[in-house]
Amino acid sequence: MAAATEVALTESHVGKKKKKNAVKRYWETTEENETEEKNEQNRTQPNKEERKRKTETQGMKGGQKKKKTLKGKKTLSGNSDPFPGPAPIPKENIQKFERGDATKLSSETRGKLKHTLLHSESASDLAKTQAARFDLLLPEDAGFLEADEDEETCTIAQEDIAEAVDITSATKYFNLSLTQFGPYRLDYTRNGRHLLLGGRRGHVSCFDWQSKQLMCEINVMETVNDVRWLHTETMFAVAQKKWLYIYDSSGIELHCIRRFNDVIRMQFLPYHFLLATASSTGFLQYLDVSVGKEVAATCTKAGRLDVMAQNPYNAIIHLGHPTGTVTMWSPNQREPLVKMLCHRGGVRSLAVDKTGTYMVTSGLDRRLKVFDIRAFRPLQSYGLPAGASCLSLSQRGLLSASTGDTVQVYKDVWGTPVKKPYMAHRVHGSVWGVQFCPFEDVLGIGHSEGFTSMIVPGAGEPNFDGLDANPYRTVKQRQEWEVKALLEKIQPELICLEPAKLGEVDRASWEQRHREKVERLGFDPLAKEKFTPRQKKKGRSSTGNIQKRKKQVAHEDQRELMTKTVEERLIKEKEMSQKKKTTQGQGSALDRFNK
Amino acid sequence: MKVKVLCRNPDDYVRETTKDVQRVPRNYDPSLHPFEVPREYTRALNATKLERVFAKPFVASLDGHRDGVNCMAKHPSSLSTLLSGSCDGEVKVWNLPTRKCVRTLQAHEGFVRGMCVRFCGASFFTVGDDRTIKQWKMDTPGYGEEEELLNTILGKTVLTGIDHHQKESLFATCGQQVDIWDEQRSSPIRTFTWGVDSFSCVRFNPVETELLASCASDRSIVLYDMREANPLKKVIMSLRSNTLCWNPMEAYYFTCSNEDYNLYTFDMRRLDTPVTVHKDHVSAVLDLDYSPTGREFVSASFDKTIRIFPKNMGHSREVYHTKRMQHVICVRWSLDSRYIMAGSDEMNIRLWKANASEKLGVLTPREKAAQNYSQKLKSKFQHHPQIRRIAHHRHLPKGVYLQKKELQVMTAARRRKERNVKKHSKPGSIPTVAEKEKNIVAVVK
Repeated sequence: MAAATEVALTESHVGKKKKKNAVKRYWETTEENETEEKNEQNRTQPNKEERKRKTETQGMKGGQKKKKTLKGKKTLSGNSDPFPGPAPIPKENIQKFERGDATKLSSETRGKLKHTLLHSESASDLAKTQAARFDLLLPEDAGFLEADEDEETCTIAQEDIAEAVDITSATKYFNLSLTQFGPYRLDYTRNGRHLLLGGRRGHVSCFDWQSKQLMCEINVMETVNDVRWLHTETMFAVAQKKWLYIYDSSGIELHCIRRFNDVIRMQFLPYHFLLATASSTGFLQYLDVSVGKEVAATCTKAGRLDVMAQNPYNAIIHLGHPTGTVTMWSPNQREPLVKMLCHRGGVRSLAVDKTGTYMVTSGLDRRLKVFDIRAFRPLQSYGLPAGASCLSLSQRGLLSASTGDTVQVYKDVWGTPVKKPYMAHRVHGSVWGVQFCPFEDVLGIGHSEGFTSMIVPGAGEPNFDGLDANPYRTVKQRQEWEVKALLEKIQPELICLEPAKLGEVDRASWEQRHREKVERLGFDPLAKEKFTPRQKKKGRSSTGNIQKRKKQVAHEDQRELMTKTVEERLIKEKEMSQKKKTTQGQGSALDRFNK
Repeated sequence: MKVKVLCRNPDDYVRETTKDVQRVPRNYDPSLHPFEVPREYTRALNATKLERVFAKPFVASLDGHRDGVNCMAKHPSSLSTLLSGSCDGEVKVWNLPTRKCVRTLQAHEGFVRGMCVRFCGASFFTVGDDRTIKQWKMDTPGYGEEEELLNTILGKTVLTGIDHHQKESLFATCGQQVDIWDEQRSSPIRTFTWGVDSFSCVRFNPVETELLASCASDRSIVLYDMREANPLKKVIMSLRSNTLCWNPMEAYYFTCSNEDYNLYTFDMRRLDTPVTVHKDHVSAVLDLDYSPTGREFVSASFDKTIRIFPKNMGHSREVYHTKRMQHVICVRWSLDSRYIMAGSDEMNIRLWKANASEKLGVLTPREKAAQNYSQKLKSKFQHHPQIRRIAHHRHLPKGVYLQKKELQVMTAARRRKERNVKKHSKPGSIPTVAEKEKNIVAVVK
């Protein structure tokens, strides 16, 4: 893999197993190694301890300053507090919780408004610092993989990693040999607990992949194009040869949805309870799974839609097309919100990161490109020897790209141009689907020979939020969560490029809003004042009378319109006849070819 | 090679026994919580809808009077006691939790015009059409004992209102003049008059206790200082004010209920312009009372509704009506600020919740937290059109609704005419009068 300098890789990093030197666990480092590593860390980035020390010294500094100002103020014991005031919080921690800029008070802001603004500002500041302070209490740290000096991380084999880590983690590397009904597509639930596999030749199975407990295994006796979990592990959708089916976790067919035909790709929008499907006939359809209604059906007029991704930040659906364009869709608009030309050849795969900032695409032109989709501008472009067929982004920003039977994982593709993959793995058959497991350091690979679960240290978010997606939730908790989630289901009308816009002040002027209304309705509702009959006395204002007068006025209007059109037509006819006369008199033979 | 893979110990995330509460680890990272604003908006919308669903403000009706309820008084220290006087001269003492009348007195011949409870709560005063001021014990007489009057004063003229001083044994009555009485004497210690008129209401200022305000039938509101011989100043309005009430927290503000369907909040120091004009009633406003927090007040009107106004808003936030409630003559806001008592023409006293959707009874801490959260959400998204529409919608009786529409047409026509007159006359010849000042005629000192 090459950077923007475009030096293509000649050899893959897979299968080149080095001689097995004794594998060390990460805590078992020899002293000299440790010191060296420490030095290296010091060089590259400030160590955690160091940072701690720094903050401490900062705190000390602040304390000293305070001491100067508060000279003579001592506690009963005679000692002064060495760390006065609240503990300092690192700036980058607070940065994470920043929600837009602070409102600027203009000099004219006075009175109640000023008070309200200042109050809300201080409240949000408090919330920010408290959330940042809470970060200290998060129990888990992210995983990592560091190679020795004479080796690369990408050459480390999965077996070595599995041997080096603890038993529980080692079980997360496994192969399922399913040679009969492959190739397989896969999907993890939102909390990363359950896995759904769908073989091309009809084999569908779902199981708890950590305990390897099978929930159901069926053969639908039809081609399976895609599989997707719905909001919980109790239901999943399968796009079969003709129609879309919904099964429950014990394999019972719940629905066959015939309005959704020839579906080849699906995405589930968890907060909207929408199942977005892309069909081979070029239709993008949205199914509201909470009420079972079709929300929108859009004809994209772009042929077969086999590349699809969702933006987890704003629930916009990205579609890749054979022309090399990527289009973004919301259910509220018949036209794409954005059309981007991304590749010279067709788009093969797409992935969007969870903050909605970056989009990674791979195309038939064997390029892998990274875009900033807030500014719609390309950031990086990499050349791959064989292109990437499947892309997936992890929660912490790792990118997996599969070429043929190899899966490569890249780290930080949007920052500095990367030269080498972070990890690589070769599976037995050609790769059909990849997905990172949420909240775990695991990459699931579905291929023609079955399924492989690969350990990718540092892929998953270490600390989950128990109220949002909890891998350890009980059935009761799940049921309660389901009710809550359904209550706060976001309406599909609210899907737009910038979801935070809803909380901002609409500054559109009356004229602008009126113009939009006219555009939407197709006519100006305020162009003509509505006729209201005058109230007449002495019983002449009965309901019937009023209706009659209204009708009279309406007829008058209609008559006016009709006379106008008739007049216009007459004028036109006159002109035509005159033209004919003139042309008949002095036209040349070639005039008949004039349009 | 150094490697660390995420591996959680389930013991840290799963409860130990089934008796424990579930463990819920939190991570407040905004990137783990997408769609923050749309989800909050949805919650706010749901909360607003639920608020309207649970808006059941009517609590109880106290019946027992044999004529229209003309006046009411709150007990200063007992929340459960309410006193009411009716048009047939009967006074009833009510126990609100049991919703029963605990005592009935035949106090006057003719109307009971006004009543007030002494600041200590031991006795109360009533005035009636029979020109007497009577002082009664608050305690119910024991078994076999007779109802005993503490004191009776015979006034010279008809008395229409009474109010007691906050700290001293003084009280004020109004009729053809405003009198200040000492409880120990049978003649007024001071008498205020300003022109020939009659007064309908007199109220002591709750903070600056020597100050008084009264509504006169010559369309004026007069302010007095008890220490001076003459009234301080008065403001004359275009129509008569019926009652007034001081704001208990910011006692330099008072609000008066006017015959022109509006209420006016004045700053005592600047009477030439009202601070706020409260419009929404469609008939004369008869009575009002402030909430003890001073943030809101309730008004009773001849249009058979009561409305709750925030003190600085021009329109009401709430309107209460029932099919059977007739012209509401008097209204009081309970001293725990949670209930409203309204006495009406058809002999009933109705008890309402001040906050229509409030849940009565003890709230668990979780309920309280949820309530606070939804309250905050509602106020955060209150200006969104969808939420605003739901939160502001109130059903009105047909009569009131039609009257409201008619009034709107009338004001629009008046405004149009004003504009046209101004347009067709010499520029500057017709002065622009602010809407607030239109009904103020003059301030006299």
